[in-house]
Amino acid sequence: MNFDKELDARGLNCPLPILRAKKALGELTSGQVLRILATDPGSVKDFVAFAKQTGNELLSSAENNKEFEFYIKRK
Amino acid sequence: MTDLTNIDELINQRLEALLPQKLEALLQAREEAKTPSLAIIATKGTLDWGYPPFILASTAAALGWDVTIFFTFYGLQLVKKDLSDLKVSPLGNPGMPMKMPFGPDWFKSMNWNIPNIVQGNVPGFESLATALMQQTIKNNGVASLTELRELSQEAGVKFSVCQMTVELFGFDHNDFVDGMEYVGAASFLPVAQVADVTLFI
Repeated sequence: MNFDKELDARGLNCPLPILRAKKALGELTSGQVLRILATDPGSVKDFVAFAKQTGNELLSSAENNKEFEFYIKRK
Repeated sequence: MTDLTNIDELINQRLEALLPQKLEALLQAREEAKTPSLAIIATKGTLDWGYPPFILASTAAALGWDVTIFFTFYGLQLVKKDLSDLKVSPLGNPGMPMKMPFGPDWFKSMNWNIPNIVQGNVPGFESLATALMQQTIKNNGVASLTELRELSQEAGVKFSVCQMTVELFGFDHNDFVDGMEYVGAASFLPVAQVADVTLFI
């Protein structure tokens, strides 16, 4: 999937992946896509809730060898 | 006359059928347009209890909420310029696991059950426990309190400080970070009144 910016949140724990993602999305323009890499298992549900609350669209969420990958489109 | 009665009846029937839907839609629209808000009272001044207010405040702000933290009593420690002297005490805290943040896995998973009487009599025990917790925080990729506090302030979380306890404990405004509002209970209550979530921590 194409993306405009990448955030490496691996090794970070709650709530840092969400806070960093919020900041990174702020640097994008509407419609651009952020790719996030994380290792915090809690982030899977947290990014669903984050997307729902903020109106940014969670395009995909995948797990790969204990690493998580999210694509979020800026509102 | 009968016509008018009929019309009234018809109107009533239509209203009864339509009003609940209409109201539901209006209420839902109002709910969606509203910015959620969170009001926290932070009353604890230890390394462990410093986390919940800043984690919840910074996260709520990231979700787009309006957030206010009211720091009072020992919570004042959390807005001091230097947070490096915050401690955690395992004494009288049976819920706190005592594990080592280094060594092989079997060693790290051991829980050191140290009796209160030993904890209370060994000089420096609290400092040791604090150092171990700070290392554990670092090992787990958990943010420092200072970092979470900065992120909260950057994200627009409002910090209110209880002026009465500032004086009670002999603090000075210079002891605290910038951006504080020094207020009393009468200023916090109206904020809590309209908040969707209010927490006492």
